[in-house]
Amino acid sequence: MFENMEKIYLAIVLAPLLGSVIAGLFGKLIGRSGAHWVTIIGVGISSLLSMLAYKHIVFDGGEMFNQTIYTWLSIGSLDINVGFLVDRLSVSMMVVVTFVSWMIHIYTIGYMHDDPGYQRFFSYISLFTFAMLMLVMSNNFMQLFFGWEGVGLVSYLLIGFWYKKESAIFANMKAFLVNRVGDFGFLLGIAGVLLYFGSLDYMEVFAETAAVDGLTMEIFSGHPWSVITVICICLFIGAMGKSAQVPLHVWLPDSMEGPTPISALIHAATMVTAGIFMVSRMSPLFELSEVALSFILVIGSITALFMGLLGLVQNDIKRVIAYSTLSQLGYMTVALGASAYAAAMFHLITHAFFKALLFLAAGSVIIGMHHEQDMRKMGGLYKYMPITWITSLLGSLALIGFPGTSGFYSKDAIIEAVHHSALPGSGFAYFAVVAGVFITALYSFRLFFMTFHGKERIDKHTWEHLHESPKVVTVPLAVLAIPSILLGAFLIGPMLFGGYFEESIFVAAKHDVLAEIGADYHGVWGFTLHAFQAAPVYLALAGVGVAWLFYIKYPAVPAQIAGRFGFLHKLLLEKYYFDSFNQSVFAGGTRKIGSFFWRIGDIRIIDGFFVNGTALSIRWFSGIVRTIQSGYLYDYAFSMIIGLLILLALFVHHLI
Amino acid sequence: MLVLSEFLTLGAILFCISVAGIFINRKNVIILLMCIELMLLSVNMNFISFSHFLGDIGGQVFVFFILTVAAAEAAIGLAILVVLFRSRNTINVADLDSMKG
Repeated sequence: MFENMEKIYLAIVLAPLLGSVIAGLFGKLIGRSGAHWVTIIGVGISSLLSMLAYKHIVFDGGEMFNQTIYTWLSIGSLDINVGFLVDRLSVSMMVVVTFVSWMIHIYTIGYMHDDPGYQRFFSYISLFTFAMLMLVMSNNFMQLFFGWEGVGLVSYLLIGFWYKKESAIFANMKAFLVNRVGDFGFLLGIAGVLLYFGSLDYMEVFAETAAVDGLTMEIFSGHPWSVITVICICLFIGAMGKSAQVPLHVWLPDSMEGPTPISALIHAATMVTAGIFMVSRMSPLFELSEVALSFILVIGSITALFMGLLGLVQNDIKRVIAYSTLSQLGYMTVALGASAYAAAMFHLITHAFFKALLFLAAGSVIIGMHHEQDMRKMGGLYKYMPITWITSLLGSLALIGFPGTSGFYSKDAIIEAVHHSALPGSGFAYFAVVAGVFITALYSFRLFFMTFHGKERIDKHTWEHLHESPKVVTVPLAVLAIPSILLGAFLIGPMLFGGYFEESIFVAAKHDVLAEIGADYHGVWGFTLHAFQAAPVYLALAGVGVAWLFYIKYPAVPAQIAGRFGFLHKLLLEKYYFDSFNQSVFAGGTRKIGSFFWRIGDIRIIDGFFVNGTALSIRWFSGIVRTIQSGYLYDYAFSMIIGLLILLALFVHHLI
Repeated sequence: MLVLSEFLTLGAILFCISVAGIFINRKNVIILLMCIELMLLSVNMNFISFSHFLGDIGGQVFVFFILTVAAAEAAIGLAILVVLFRSRNTINVADLDSMKG
């Protein structure tokens, strides 16, 4: 049955699209249950076929698939194609994307139960799955960009899903605009690839890297820049927008205005990792530029550390997880910068599961609390929501990297990889990721304790209705909890050290930090035991301990600390003033420029000079001319005679 | 013996008088009509003199036509004048300025 994989891959991509179209266009006709059935079946087919493809490529050692399916358009010698490249890298992403998406489709039945936009929601998330698959399975830059924009569009639609809510509209506009900035860089990167490689096909481009390596370009004359570095940094700017790296991270916390399943699917598990995937995919390019790698390393470490700190002061349950996502994306980016692409992909996969789990658990809490998201009004929920409680605990343990969980293996691999990296900036990056472990543990368990333990601060009305969420909510939680805990131990060996990605990820020998770690790798058990000799595990446990002290034992302490370090607390509350800066400089500045052009360009020049000016000058001229038109017969006769005389004179003198 | 140029000079003088009459006269529309008649007569003068000196009778035939047309025109012009006087109560040219821009 594997002789015709093309049909299977097409089905993987098109099944969610079909579901989306049916649910979107015929939503009224098929009703609410029709909408969720058709999309769940669509994504389910896609998910099962992805697993089949995974089995074919990874377990049965099938050939990787790289084929153009359809020529979309031809411009001169440039063909823009739709094609699939399915190798070990993309097939792993496909399984993660479709599986998480599937679980979230099911979960949505419970979460959006009473929402009037039910069908629309299902249509959007299926459309998202389609766009994400197009992005992941693409074999050329243009299709990658199509998927990239597609997921961006759906993200925009879904952040603003509750379009009557002012803050949601603000957030989706913000997300869209910030992503535009990144996309502009990305587009420049693609243009650079086309200019220097003459092709948009991955394989053709990667085959040409030797020819382009060493070329320079002069954007400012006298400053030759390496072409590869410029292209890589431009591409990475795209990744910074999509994967929310400092300073383009500002949209992600605000995106929590969207419904929780979206926060889980798009803004934690899949879309935001597109940037990570893209850089891994482009590893043959990035490996050629140490400058770009250093840049990635530094940006990633700033994100990992400083965004984690912000999670400490947030009180909205979803926003804490959002900052945690930012910080974890920072970890992945650090891994990319250290050339440990496999570690980044590994963390991406484990993170997709445990972060989706945490978000869905938060969503379950929100359902139970009647859409209350403020953790200060929760507490002691473990009695009422045992399944949510236990799955949250498992998710949090995975997030902080408790030994044995998925997150532990992937995060430890990243920390080790950064430790071995010799690039400029790796010292800072190492400090950031190690300190980040403590911060991660602190905010995760702050969230956990504030929500599920301690004094009950729930208001009476909510308390009366408080109960565990329905099965459609708890079953996906349980299903996601399993890979969150177990997946890491199974994957670490083959994925990091066993050449799992084969030739789909290229690492230059001098950067190959994973091989260095791999030399000391003696099985999962050894890796786990080894971790106990290093700081991160103890830092994580210390974080949990501090969280317990502050939020269970002595709940008054955080406020005192906040009072003592007022300036720092303010800085964190204001999110390092990124938002106010953007709001006043970029948004305000743009508005100022706009109003300047409006007042000078539009009112003065266009309206004043061209439009009204034309009319005024005609009025002035005709005011002069009308005096000739006296209305008296003899004046007209006189001018006729004069005219006649002039004509005659000219005629006589042969001038006409 | 009179020569052609004298006849033509007479025609030109007549024409100039009529033209001057048209725009020096600012009072009376009837004088205006008379001036137009005079203009036509000066043209007739030219026709007849050329006809005579060139020995071509066709010119005098034209004069008959012009006289006919002039008579008709005078009748219509006077009729318009009567209507104008009824509606405006004046035939003063300076008052007829409703076409003023």
